[in-house]
Amino acid sequence: MTTATPARTAGAAARATSSRLVSTAVVAVIVLALLIFFVLPAVWLLLAPTKTDFQLDHGFPLSFGSFGQLGAAWQHLTNFQNGVIWRWLRNSAVYSVGALIITLVTSVPAGYALALTKFRGRKLLLTITLVVMIMPNAALVLPIFLELNLFHLIGTAWSIVLPFSFYPFGVYLVYIYFATSLPRDMLQAARIDGCNAWQVFTRIALPLAKPVIALVAFFSFVGNWNNFFLPYLVLPSSQQFPIQVGLDQLLSSTPSFNPVAGKGLDITSPELALAIIIAILPVLVLFLFSQRALVSGMLAGSTKE
Amino acid sequence: MTTLDVERRPAPATSTQARRRPRRRAGLAGHLFVSGYVVLLLAFGVFPTLYSVYLAFTNDKGQFTGLGQFSRVVGDFRFGPAFADIAVYLVLWLFLIIVGTVVVAIILRGRIRPGLSAVLRFLYYLPGALAGVASVLVWLFMLSPGVSPATGLLHLFGMDTFDQVLAPGHLSVILVLIAFWTGAGGWIVVMYGALNNIPDEVLEAARVDGARPWQTAWHIQVPMIRKWIVYLAILAFAGGTQLFVEPQLLQTASLQRVSPTWSPNQLAYVFAFQYGDFNGAAALAVLLLVLGLICAGLLVTRSGLFKVDEE
Repeated sequence: MTTATPARTAGAAARATSSRLVSTAVVAVIVLALLIFFVLPAVWLLLAPTKTDFQLDHGFPLSFGSFGQLGAAWQHLTNFQNGVIWRWLRNSAVYSVGALIITLVTSVPAGYALALTKFRGRKLLLTITLVVMIMPNAALVLPIFLELNLFHLIGTAWSIVLPFSFYPFGVYLVYIYFATSLPRDMLQAARIDGCNAWQVFTRIALPLAKPVIALVAFFSFVGNWNNFFLPYLVLPSSQQFPIQVGLDQLLSSTPSFNPVAGKGLDITSPELALAIIIAILPVLVLFLFSQRALVSGMLAGSTKE
Repeated sequence: MTTLDVERRPAPATSTQARRRPRRRAGLAGHLFVSGYVVLLLAFGVFPTLYSVYLAFTNDKGQFTGLGQFSRVVGDFRFGPAFADIAVYLVLWLFLIIVGTVVVAIILRGRIRPGLSAVLRFLYYLPGALAGVASVLVWLFMLSPGVSPATGLLHLFGMDTFDQVLAPGHLSVILVLIAFWTGAGGWIVVMYGALNNIPDEVLEAARVDGARPWQTAWHIQVPMIRKWIVYLAILAFAGGTQLFVEPQLLQTASLQRVSPTWSPNQLAYVFAFQYGDFNGAAALAVLLLVLGLICAGLLVTRSGLFKVDEE
């Protein structure tokens, strides 16, 4: 885009040059302002646990405190309610991975069948899947809570894992993958060679589906790990909280935001910042290592024109 | 490692040919393959929906009340404000996310060297890892005068204490900021990918014809990624109507100064948990569900982005 435009007259060329300068400046300002907007809070977050509450309030926001202070924050945080944060992390892992496994076991065959087999109700199932997938998650949370309440499942691990396992987006990703990238001739050949439907699926389709399985696993895990609404409604005891709901409890225990309830506790801003970092670490690591997959997944919501 | 190049989907042309299969063993295998998923769909999609509808049309003794619960909920003094809050939020949010992501994607596509552009897209995208609770907590700090790196900016707007920042009227703007921080990067990547699919010859032809960059952007690039803009708009709208986590946490942090029923979902939460009024909560949930269903239905049937009938 920045190659020279054909110059007509000297005056026009000069005007073009100056207007190009202006537009370059505008572009630079926009790009830089956004860079600061997106990156600065993250940088601040990484530095915050190394400082004391006082330093956070009065020092230069982007200064580094000390490793000693980081250690102290770590001590305070892990001492909070006898190390409940480990419990929260373990709960998050159990809920997320448990749901992830059930999601994979159910959505991969379902996506495969929707793409490559014929059965009655296929189109209806696909349409419902699409609609539920696009509908915001939160819309179903309260109804699911009411249902769990009806069946007295409130407060059990299953009341988190099972609803998390229902993942229409995963089914759709698998469906799109098989519908567009699996050569049908190969399935045909397998059938002619005498494979039954199950063998075609396990021996031909599954080995080819690794990329999409990874993609579904990623999205499902991140979604489960970050989910707050359902566990917030369904789990009554702190011992059962996933880390996200735990963060909410930490927030209410921080004197920085709650001078009354937080009095006498060691959970101040640095500890809270450290807890945030610990809570997002698994997802952040996944983000750093799977950008490509992520992007293709975001685009998989559609077929190209 | 920092390449964010968008993978191009294989053209659907390949999938429209040669799709005849033997008729035998057609039905049963398919049904078995989808059975696990269908059970989950029934248990956590269909049943909760139907049960909520049932609750919304009855009272706590199970007697049919017609639209009674709905009129009671709509008549509640917090209903109007909650929907007004969300409406203000939605207007700001839709404007910012659509204009912001499209403009930035066009700039990154046309004005920045590809290598730098990939790095920028990645950095813009990174806050997505902090979606949910983490993002709200980070922004609580960003909005605390003194702690925040942007303290000067806050002072400039006349906000010297956390209380002033969290004044009720500011909540929409704060929530839009948080949502943009975590969500915009992903959408910039998507828009960039869509722009990438426009053939270079088209842009080249426009340039030869004397179109300036902004003319090309407005008359060629934007119309050619219209589908994606509609997709974004509907998803952003649908998601916005369901806000819960963010205002709920801000409410916690503000020591109850912010209304506990700022958004409709919060109001439903209060109905269910404060009053034990499951019928009222269900009525609200059904209203929100219908809103989400309408958006999703529109997108699936009208946008042309999704193909359902392949056969």
